Amino acid sequence: MAATAIAIVRSRKLFAAVMLSGIFSLIAAVFYVHLTAVDVAFTEAAVGAGISTLLFLATLALTHTSTEEPHKPVRPLPLLIVVVTGAVLIYGTLDMPAYGDPEAPPNTHVIPRYINESGTEVGVPNIVTSVLASYRGYDTLGETVVIFTAGIGVLVLLGRGRRRWRPGLKSKNEDDEPGRGAEA
Amino acid sequence: MNRHSILRVVAKFMIPYIMLFALYVQFHGDFGPGGGFQAGVIFAVGFILYALIFGIENGRKVLPAGVNRILLAGGVLLYAGVGVAGLLLEGNYLDYFVLAHDPVHGQHLGILLVELGVGITVASTMIALFYVFSGQDVRR
Repeated sequence: MAATAIAIVRSRKLFAAVMLSGIFSLIAAVFYVHLTAVDVAFTEAAVGAGISTLLFLATLALTHTSTEEPHKPVRPLPLLIVVVTGAVLIYGTLDMPAYGDPEAPPNTHVIPRYINESGTEVGVPNIVTSVLASYRGYDTLGETVVIFTAGIGVLVLLGRGRRRWRPGLKSKNEDDEPGRGAEA
Repeated sequence: MNRHSILRVVAKFMIPYIMLFALYVQFHGDFGPGGGFQAGVIFAVGFILYALIFGIENGRKVLPAGVNRILLAGGVLLYAGVGVAGLLLEGNYLDYFVLAHDPVHGQHLGILLVELGVGITVASTMIALFYVFSGQDVRR
């Protein structure tokens, strides 16, 4: 996975980078399956390896398929900031409970409730679904609104379809319409 | 793409099953992995495959961009509307227990509708992105 990430960064050919990012997502999905998070793995495979690769390719068809910028020499200040931020983040994780620790707060409060009672309270066999759609309904509503906002943003930025981007066709239509009016 | 007969035949064979699998993921999310988000993506992929193989113009005939935009908003409204329905039935916002006489049935109904809203929004967002990107190339 790390090798794929480095290859994505080093690659100057964007087509190869897109393919590698698909592979990266697929490896991540395998990891999620290994951690028995099947729902997350499913999403990762469908979104990361599937549709985002496709959208990247659609973008590549509009732009160039390789970057022209040569490698710049390493600049010390940004490197220092990145290293320090990374070190602080890693230091922050030291306070977190160990993976699978039965004494961790989420494992003592909400998870037993979900596992023991969602079957009778919600009656849905897949606990992930009952947590997502019922216990955490507000969060999922917010998530849906985020996706909606992203779609609206793209529509606003890039126009609503092909007709707006055809200046030639549009002006021709405008020329036609007065002509038709004159005939009538 | 009229010459790629192998692609056309294989795609024609695959697309119904992709769509069917999306619906299975959508409505079977209660029992196995899956749900609205994944189902929406799979449905959109099936549709985009159709548009890529049989031409984007034909794809736009199947699902006009205007209808797609209505669906885009409709998914969110369906989700939010389930919450408002809970309010009208004297419960809290997004409270599914009041949607049916039996609380567990209410939960089932609420989750089904909410997941459907998520699925519709995700699918139409992906299709809208694809339409916008594919409409751009005329400019060059």
